[in-house]
Amino acid sequence: MNMDRRSFLKLAVLGLLALTARPALDLISKPSAARALDGPFSGKRLAMAIDLNACTAGEGCIDCIAACHSMHNVPDIGNTKEEIKWLWEVNYGQAFDDQENRFVKEPLQDRRVLVLCNHCDNPPCVRVCPTQATWKREDGIVMMDYHRCIGCRYCMAACPYGSRSFNWRDPRPYIRTINEGYPTRTRGVVEKCNFCEERLADGLQPACVEACRTGALKFGDLKPGTELYDLISSQFNLRRKGELGTQPQVYYLM
Amino acid sequence: MIENIFRGGKTYWLLISGLLVLIAAGVAAYLQQWNIGLAVTGLSRDVSWGLYIANFTFFVGVAASAVMIVIPYYLHNTKEFRRILILGEFMAVAACLVAITFILVDLGQPSRVFNIILYPTPGSVIFWDVVVLSVYLLLNIILGWVALDAEYKEVAPPDWLKPVAIVSIVWAVSIHTVTAFIYAGLAARSFWLTALLAPRFLASAFASGPALLILIAMAMKKWGGFDPGDQSLDKVAKIVAYAIIITIFFLLLEIFTVFYSQEPDAMSHFQYLLFGLNSHYGLVPWVWTSVALACAAIILLVIPSSRKNHLTLALACAAVFISIWIDKGLGLIVPGFIPSPLGNITEYTPTLLETLITLGVWAMGGLVLTLLLRVVMGVRQANK
Repeated sequence: MNMDRRSFLKLAVLGLLALTARPALDLISKPSAARALDGPFSGKRLAMAIDLNACTAGEGCIDCIAACHSMHNVPDIGNTKEEIKWLWEVNYGQAFDDQENRFVKEPLQDRRVLVLCNHCDNPPCVRVCPTQATWKREDGIVMMDYHRCIGCRYCMAACPYGSRSFNWRDPRPYIRTINEGYPTRTRGVVEKCNFCEERLADGLQPACVEACRTGALKFGDLKPGTELYDLISSQFNLRRKGELGTQPQVYYLM
Repeated sequence: MIENIFRGGKTYWLLISGLLVLIAAGVAAYLQQWNIGLAVTGLSRDVSWGLYIANFTFFVGVAASAVMIVIPYYLHNTKEFRRILILGEFMAVAACLVAITFILVDLGQPSRVFNIILYPTPGSVIFWDVVVLSVYLLLNIILGWVALDAEYKEVAPPDWLKPVAIVSIVWAVSIHTVTAFIYAGLAARSFWLTALLAPRFLASAFASGPALLILIAMAMKKWGGFDPGDQSLDKVAKIVAYAIIITIFFLLLEIFTVFYSQEPDAMSHFQYLLFGLNSHYGLVPWVWTSVALACAAIILLVIPSSRKNHLTLALACAAVFISIWIDKGLGLIVPGFIPSPLGNITEYTPTLLETLITLGVWAMGGLVLTLLLRVVMGVRQANK
């Protein structure tokens, strides 16, 4: 083939431009993602309530955590640096660092608190992701695409709750029993709680809610008239780091 | 022109072989990372960015600093910079490549990097950073190569080069501003959540980049028979002096706001960095080394006699370069993650493999720069 430098460069530039054409078209034609605000709940909005008075996390109960982690093939790497966790417990002061004062009721202060992805209405992780590998569904679930994630970990830097874990190595050898019903992950991608979207699709409650023996975890649609709406609107509750404007959708009943 | 890369003396080939050895070691280390994953690094769930992203940030600054030569030359007709102009532009080319490579080695799934282009996401600052860095790389290749080609043919550079240079000035500011926005837009990390981050980045870039340029020009004078001219070096040294002073001033502004307001979260990160937190002192020796080097450099650069003396000037420039590499590298990235959002302190120490990969990327940049500068030297020697 006969080709001088100039025509080679021309072809190369044209080729590069062609690569960007489809994404550019997608960008224009796609409807912009609905940005929900924290107003009156209309339509479907999934949320969770955690009743701190009913939860027995501090008393050695890990039923919900065990159910979640075995259901989702969460590995046990065996060191805290590479730890992967979707649902876990922390001290009251760690979960609510702005709410700690010496007059907070003692039993509350000493509580262990369950933490997980808050499935924020205004999720910073979704805002920063350069490939839309994490995105917010219409019903509010913040999803992860393990096949699109490039592993840049920008979402981990952006999450104010430390809810995201990274696969520093191949997790598969560290999974005790693999659940064939849910994908395992490859190394180099980020993962987190998905509100059990795979179970919801089958009409089931999230694994943690189902596993809880004290009824401390409640999950559902947050619109007027639902059980969850009545519970959250009638009882004093806190959300983690509400001041950041992320509109977390896990409500802690006090 | 390009054939010049095969013509060089003993020093040249020694330098090339040294760099190739480092690159080989880096590639070997990277293969380990490729096979095992980022578990070979010292990174963790809590400190999820480290040495790679620190170096990325630092070298974006070095790349942007080419404007400190381009602005005086093209906008203020500073004729003394004619001989070092191409040096600055080629330094920007190498620094750009280094910065982009550091992003690549930091990815958990590097084979998927083109997802950034396949699914363009204007809401993500990383998307914009990739765009502006690529264009800036291209701009500097054009600026440097076209100017050199004109020298080679012993004609004046084409007229369209000046508009390109002016675009590159705006672009240089944009690459470092966008890089600062990666951090400054995160409500989750109060250490970075400051509008002063972009100006701080620019100020420290305009100190570290020109300092490196002075060192390179001096090395070329000593071993390559290139004379940048004392006057031009002194001008660049003055730029370094102003920029390092402004950098320190900006840092003190941050420290005032954080410690006078006593907002606990903001304060905890600076406490960890400067004094250690809950008996964790990982960065304390580093940051004070950085402060000491910056102070020493300011003294050497402000006093005219030590600024004009080539030995003390070289020392001052090395001090500036190392000081800012610490301040804007590990000193900027790591405290953003310590303490973690849940109040945990997980310290970070780079591993040997991570360090080898980092040195390999540096050497890659060094190799690119050496080859480009060899071409410059070859053209200029032929013209004599």
